[in-house]
Amino acid sequence: MSESVHTLAAMPTERRPGCPFDPPKELIEAREQSPLSRFTFADGHQGWVITGFDLIRQVMADPRFSSRKEFMSHHPTIDYSGYEVPPAPPGEFLLMDDPQHSRYRKPLVGKFTVRRMRLLTERIEQVTAEHLDAMEKAGPSTDLVTAFAKPIPAIVICELLGVPYEDRGRFQENIDKFLGGETSDEELIAAYTATQEYLAELVAAKRASPTDDVLSDLTDSDLTDEELRGMALILLAAGFDTTANMIGLGTFALLQNPEQLAALRSEPELADRAIEELLRYLSVAKTFMRSALEDVEVGGQTIKAGTMVILSMNTANRDPERFPNPHVLDLDRQDGGHLAFGHGIHQCLGQQLARVELRVALPALFRRFPTLRLAVPAEEVAVRPEMADIYGVKSLPVTWDA
Amino acid sequence: MKVTVDTERCIGSGMCVYSSEEVFDQDDDGTSIVLRPEPPAELWDAVRRAVDRCPASAIKATP
Repeated sequence: MSESVHTLAAMPTERRPGCPFDPPKELIEAREQSPLSRFTFADGHQGWVITGFDLIRQVMADPRFSSRKEFMSHHPTIDYSGYEVPPAPPGEFLLMDDPQHSRYRKPLVGKFTVRRMRLLTERIEQVTAEHLDAMEKAGPSTDLVTAFAKPIPAIVICELLGVPYEDRGRFQENIDKFLGGETSDEELIAAYTATQEYLAELVAAKRASPTDDVLSDLTDSDLTDEELRGMALILLAAGFDTTANMIGLGTFALLQNPEQLAALRSEPELADRAIEELLRYLSVAKTFMRSALEDVEVGGQTIKAGTMVILSMNTANRDPERFPNPHVLDLDRQDGGHLAFGHGIHQCLGQQLARVELRVALPALFRRFPTLRLAVPAEEVAVRPEMADIYGVKSLPVTWDA
Repeated sequence: MKVTVDTERCIGSGMCVYSSEEVFDQDDDGTSIVLRPEPPAELWDAVRRAVDRCPASAIKATP
């Protein structure tokens, strides 16, 4: 190992006070030193952290870096020595490599095309308007997360998959527990079991009487019930938690950048670029892991077979070599091409849906409530811990002039 | 400029369609289709964006 290799001493557990949108300063500083840093996992495993945009793209595009769950046996902050990580359950294709991964992803891809997602625009506008009506009626203040950010993507993914929205009580809180970063192992197991029970009933119901939706379509294939449960879990979790956090955190970010918000209001044609910029700037899916299947050269270093790599997506989306003035929210930014949805074969399946949802929901919110503002000081807005898989605000108290 | 898509590599992300609907579309399985293999010069920037953003490096644009 050459002396010039940068080392990240510890994974930061907090963001700087007053900077809820920025990656922790230790990661930004690591990126300033080098796009690739040495890092020792909690159990002593010698691995790497990648913070550079180009190197993350390189790793995510390289099949020699595995996503298989059983290879993710080291954790950045928790020592799991002596505990063997099992392979991903059937259908949970996020934590698989090809060819297993594509067995599950392939039948879904055609359901999430740009064209199909755009056809949902009118329905998403309708759902959005209903929630704005309800806010207006109950107002002039609310928690934006419960009143707006969470229900819109939840209703849309439920309708798309064919999951009765009334059933959400049986899985929504559990999904929060999986991804919110504040749940004990016992609670996680209980949440997982309860969700599996629900999904088993759901898959059985779809098999018995198929309807016009993605899950029913999938029953017309050689996929087993167990596989369908795993796929449904991935789709529900991704559909419920990611866009919801983008809406909540995105609203917070726009309220904290009033000149940018004013630009978005006065130039509606800015919306597409604005959404891409919010995706880049906020990067709520902020960390992924890979494990090298063989020795691979990355950024002038050899990543040895069996070594784990942490990919800091949100830091890479602030890489000054890709984005000039990376820490500035600039809704008119032209360069685009961020990593908010990842890269390579695992790139977000639902990204085109997320775009349509954000494109509809955020401008509609600020059109309906031109005086929308925080109801508490910004520093009192509760954010998820750095441990969370998906970052976001836990709640966002807002108010407006009635 | 000549545009081709390696449909074996394509993962159906739709980033090409998102970059330029004039040049790209997706079939029923989500796989990319090139609508205009020799796009006019005013679409070249969009094609270059599609090449850059394709998560599977499946698009080639040769001058």
